[in-house]
Amino acid sequence: MTWTTEQLAGLVEPDRAHRKAYTDPEIFDLEMERIFERTWIYIGHESQVKNPGDYYLAQVGRQPVIMVRGRDGDVNVLYNRCPHRGAQICTARRGNTGNHFYCSYHAWTFHLDGKLEGMPAKREYEGTNLDFDNPEFHMARPAQVDNYRGFWFANLSEDGPDLATHLGEAAAAFDQLIDRAPGKETEIVGECFRMVQQSNWKIFLENQLDASHPGVTHESTGKAAQQLEAKIRADGDEPPLELSFLTDFARLGHDGWTKFGTVGYRNGHSSLEGYMGLRPDDPDTNVYIRRMYEAYGEEKAEEILGINIHHMLVYPCNSVQPPLQQLRTIRPLAHDKTLTEIWHFRLKDAPETIYRRSLAYYYLVNSPSTLINADDLFNWWKCQHGLDSSASEWVSFHRKAGQDEEREGISYSAPESMSELPLRHMMHAWRDYMTADEGAKS
Amino acid sequence: MTEACEILAAADSTAVADINIETQQAVEQFLYRQAEMLDEKRIDEWMALFGVNGWYWMPAEADQVEGDGEPNIFWEDQGLMLMRNARNTHPRAHSQAPHNRLNHVVSNVIIESENGDGDIIVRSRFHCAEYFRYQIRTFSGKYRHLLKKTPDSYRIALQRVDLVNREGPYDYVLQWWL
Repeated sequence: MTWTTEQLAGLVEPDRAHRKAYTDPEIFDLEMERIFERTWIYIGHESQVKNPGDYYLAQVGRQPVIMVRGRDGDVNVLYNRCPHRGAQICTARRGNTGNHFYCSYHAWTFHLDGKLEGMPAKREYEGTNLDFDNPEFHMARPAQVDNYRGFWFANLSEDGPDLATHLGEAAAAFDQLIDRAPGKETEIVGECFRMVQQSNWKIFLENQLDASHPGVTHESTGKAAQQLEAKIRADGDEPPLELSFLTDFARLGHDGWTKFGTVGYRNGHSSLEGYMGLRPDDPDTNVYIRRMYEAYGEEKAEEILGINIHHMLVYPCNSVQPPLQQLRTIRPLAHDKTLTEIWHFRLKDAPETIYRRSLAYYYLVNSPSTLINADDLFNWWKCQHGLDSSASEWVSFHRKAGQDEEREGISYSAPESMSELPLRHMMHAWRDYMTADEGAKS
Repeated sequence: MTEACEILAAADSTAVADINIETQQAVEQFLYRQAEMLDEKRIDEWMALFGVNGWYWMPAEADQVEGDGEPNIFWEDQGLMLMRNARNTHPRAHSQAPHNRLNHVVSNVIIESENGDGDIIVRSRFHCAEYFRYQIRTFSGKYRHLLKKTPDSYRIALQRVDLVNREGPYDYVLQWWL
C-alpha cells in the first residue's frame, strides 16, 4: 500500500501507537526518507579523525558516508561513492587515505574535500562534458554538515533548522560530555562497540527513557551484583562503586524509579534525570571535584556537576549518558534490524579512577558481553515478534497519559511517577516528521 | 601492566616448544575438558580452573596487549565470573529461558613454552556453535592460555580469546564465555 498523510497521522494517538509503525517495511522506507534523510544525523566525534587523511565510515539514513580530516584541518563529510561508476571508495571502517581518495576500480582520485583530482589517461575526456569543477564529478557532499563543539552531524536536506536550533535543549548532553572534563576537552576511547538489534529502532529509543522497565528487566543482574557485593564485604573488602551501577536495578524498586523525572523537548528530544550516585564522598571523587574547581572556579564547577541528566535522547539517532561519558548512535538497517554504535569518551585531565568508573560501565552495560543489554535486546526482539501478531493493533503508552505538565513547549512528567512521557513524546514527534510536507522530496 | 598479560605479550606467539608427549597430552586434555565444562554448563568446575588471580580475557582489538584499563569484550576475574554465573542461572534471567547451548571443538594445540616450574604457554584454535533463540550462531577464534602448574594439573592465570570477528558488529550479546 501507499501510505497517505492521513493514514500515517492515524498511526499515533495521544496514548498509543499502531503496531504497523514498527513492522511495516514501507513505513521504514518512509522513515528513512522523511526523518533520517531530512534532519540532523550524528556522524562522529572530531577525535576519531585526528590527522589529515584520517577517515571513518558512517551512515545517514540509507546513505553511506565518510568523515575525513582534510589537509586544512577541517572535517569533511562525503558520500562514500565514486561519481564515475558508483563504486564505494572506502571499505575499511577507518583508516588514513593519505593525500587523496583513490577509487580501486579505475583509479579516479579525489582531494580530501571530495573534489575530483584526476584519473589515468585524462586527455581522453577532452571535448566531453566531464568538468573537473562540476560537483557532479566530485564525491558528493550532504546538503548540510555542521558540528556542535566537535560532535559532527550531517543533514541530507537543505531545509529545516540549523544544527544548534535543531539540538536546542538537547545540546546539554554534548556540553556535559565536554564540560565535565577539568581539561575542557573530551576524546573517544579506542574503537566503538557495535551491536545489531533484531528490532525496530524506535523500540530501542523508547526503552532508553522507560523508567518502569529496569527493575523488571534487569532484576537478575541486579541480584547477582548484590551477591557479589555481599561476598566482597564478607571477605573484608569494600565493593567498588561500579557494582552499584548494577545493584541499583535490584535496589530501587518501583517506588525508587518514580523519583526520576523525564522531560520532553522540542524536535522530539527527551531526557531522564540522573539516578546514579555518581558523586559519592570518596577520595577519588573528591580529587576530581577539586580539579574541576581549579579549572572552572567553584561556582561554575558546581553548576556543571549539578546538571542532572542521566540520559538524553537526541532524536532520532543518539542516546547519550553524560555522567558516564557514553554515547550511542543508531543506524537503522531495516524495519526489524538496527545497528548501534556505542562510544566511550575520556575526560581530559580527570583522574584515572574516574575514567575507570565509566570504563566499568562501558563494560558492564554496553560491551558485547553485557548482562544488562542481554535482557534488553531479548525484550526488544520479543516485542518485534509480538507486534507481528494482530492480536491487538496497538502499543500502549498509557502510564500517566494526560497527566504530564507542559510549560512553554516543554513537557514534564507527572511528579512521583514512571510516566511514559518520553514514549508518547517521541511518537508525536515521529508523526510530525512523517506527515510534514508530504511528497516534497519524492 | 597485569603480570599475566605482560608474560603473554613478551612471549613469542609463533614459538613451538620441544615438549614431551605426556605434557602435550596433559595440556590438550586440560583444554578439551575446559571446553566440555562450558558446553555442559558445569560452570563451578569451569570457574575452578582459574587461579585466584586468573583472568578470562577477550580483547576488543587485535593489537591489545593489556586487558586492564582498556575496552574489552570480556575481562573477568573470579568475582565477575561468579556474578555472570549467578545472573545467568537466576530464574528471572529472561534471555536465558531457555538456556543457550554451546558446542566447542578445540584443535591445533601448540605448546609455545614450558618453564622450569612447569608453567605452560599454549595456543589453540576453536570453533563453537551456539544454539540460541531457535537459531545457530557460530564463533571461531584463537585461544592463548597461560597455565600455572599445580601438583596434579594446571590453573589458568590468563586465557586470551581472539575472535576472528572481534570488531563486530555482534548479532546479540555473548552471555556465556566461549
